Amino acid sequence: MRRFAENFLCMLGAEPKKPKGSGQISDEVRRIMEIKRQDTSGLKEHLHEQARQQPRHKWRNRRWIVLVAVNLLFVLSFWLDIQILEGALTGSRFVGFHLIDLNAALQVMLAHKHIIVNLVIGTFTIFLLWVLLGGRSFCSWVCPYHLLSELTEKIHVVLMRRKIVTNREFHRGTRTVFWVLFVVLAFVTGYTVFETLSPVGILSRALIYGPGLALGWIFLLLLFEVFWSRRAWCRYVCPIGLTYGVVGAISPLQISYHVEPCFHEGDCRKVCLVPHALDVTIKGRATETQMGLGPDCTRCGLCVDACPTGALRFEVKGLSKLL
Amino acid sequence: MSGSKPAVSPEKTRRARRKFIRSVVLLAGVIGTSLLGVLPVVRAWTKRLRPPGALDEKDFLASCIKCGQCVQVCPVSAILLGDIHEGYGIGVPYISAREQACDFSCDAVQCILACPTGSLTYEKPDFFSVREGAEMSRAPVLKGKANEPEPTLNLKERMGLARLTRPDACLAMQGKGFSGPARGPEFKGRMRYMAVDRWNPIPVRDHPYEREVCDLCVTECPIDDAIVLEVYVETEDSRLYRPVVREQCVGCGVCEMICPVEPAAIEIETRAVWKTDGS
Repeated sequence: MRRFAENFLCMLGAEPKKPKGSGQISDEVRRIMEIKRQDTSGLKEHLHEQARQQPRHKWRNRRWIVLVAVNLLFVLSFWLDIQILEGALTGSRFVGFHLIDLNAALQVMLAHKHIIVNLVIGTFTIFLLWVLLGGRSFCSWVCPYHLLSELTEKIHVVLMRRKIVTNREFHRGTRTVFWVLFVVLAFVTGYTVFETLSPVGILSRALIYGPGLALGWIFLLLLFEVFWSRRAWCRYVCPIGLTYGVVGAISPLQISYHVEPCFHEGDCRKVCLVPHALDVTIKGRATETQMGLGPDCTRCGLCVDACPTGALRFEVKGLSKLL
Repeated sequence: MSGSKPAVSPEKTRRARRKFIRSVVLLAGVIGTSLLGVLPVVRAWTKRLRPPGALDEKDFLASCIKCGQCVQVCPVSAILLGDIHEGYGIGVPYISAREQACDFSCDAVQCILACPTGSLTYEKPDFFSVREGAEMSRAPVLKGKANEPEPTLNLKERMGLARLTRPDACLAMQGKGFSGPARGPEFKGRMRYMAVDRWNPIPVRDHPYEREVCDLCVTECPIDDAIVLEVYVETEDSRLYRPVVREQCVGCGVCEMICPVEPAAIEIETRAVWKTDGS
């Protein structure tokens, strides 16, 4: 429960908690750390080198296929009139069943102040779906902006390496303030203020109904991320991410960290959108032999691919105990 | 260890302060940009004709979830979605009647059926007020279904009203006829012609007209008793006519689309209401 609260606050913007003294670290973890300290077999260097030479993209490829497939299903449902997934990411029907994006629903309910049945049904269906599938997994497995941003991030990383740009960080709590402000704005003004700038809605509609001026805004965001601040929209602004993060806090699907095979090299944190979620992988931070990464994790699997020793794994809570 | 705070270097404090200021600037920047969206709405830079069954403009913008399901079901592709220059109207459906009007060829007003949030609705809930003159005094009758058991259209309020905005340009007013495709051979708009195909709309350009006195706005209007041609000047050798809009007009925009003069002599006044004094 305490770990849950810490992770949740960390998602809202708090710094990850370090264990205070060794009293909070379990005996088992301390024993494992002691064994690691005495190990001089050179296995660490060997495995690390091996992983560097053979980068794996298993989960990334799976994820990109899913992301493209979902968005393509939206597009083809309209273009070819196959009517499987009609609408856009803000609201749709899957073979007739209503699906409503949680953040869009929140904006509409607060701005309009009247709620009709179809909206509630669609919102509840999506809520259940993402509780099962991990909340922010919406971001990395479905959101079209995430894919664009992931691709342009590579340009940013190259420019960083050549010291042409620097990554200016913002306070992570900014996103929480954004979330609150957009909620208040929707309620007070009676307009769905956030939707005007939402890259999810803009991109989804552009894909399905054709491009427009709004893509200029997406272009500006990507420029900002390439030249100024890495993944800035997803990290510091997007209230949709936080909404799904809250939903994912109670999700059984997560990426779990196993302290025993970990060599604390930090390759996982370098590829992660939300490195604070991987704080437990720093030497001395883990308190249990196995720990979930918390609700801000988008379950994208980049860290799973990056880890040379399999210390990070996809896991369904409770299922591994049953097996 | 637990009691004493570690000393913080001035450099670290400076960086923290910069990060804080940067974050505040980001907040102000993004929120400020999002608030710009109110300008096109309150200044009414783009006064859009909304699809049938739409709530009043303020409620419509608030309740629409910007998903475009209404776009997907329209058989004549009359519904378009607002772009970012419309501010809070982004992603909100509208009809550009001159390019493609709503001709009700779906019979059941499918866009209303598709709407997941009740922004387009057959029956306005009680807590919404109805603007005086927006309500249809009796159910509109679809001309195309006049012989069927249920010829009425399930539409309680009008989208707007047709108005002869350029009477001087109107061919009927000049006693002129019209022949050929109404909007030229390039025009992409479509309409359902009951005599041609009951179920599929065809391009207007494929359906040329031959009229001694132009009365396209009257004959092509999909609603019964919404517009008539009245004699307005009668001399021994000539008669001049004038199209007169009646109370049954729902504001669908077919007359505006079909009007063969450029720019159209008859246009839809968005969200206009019927005034009983005869306007």
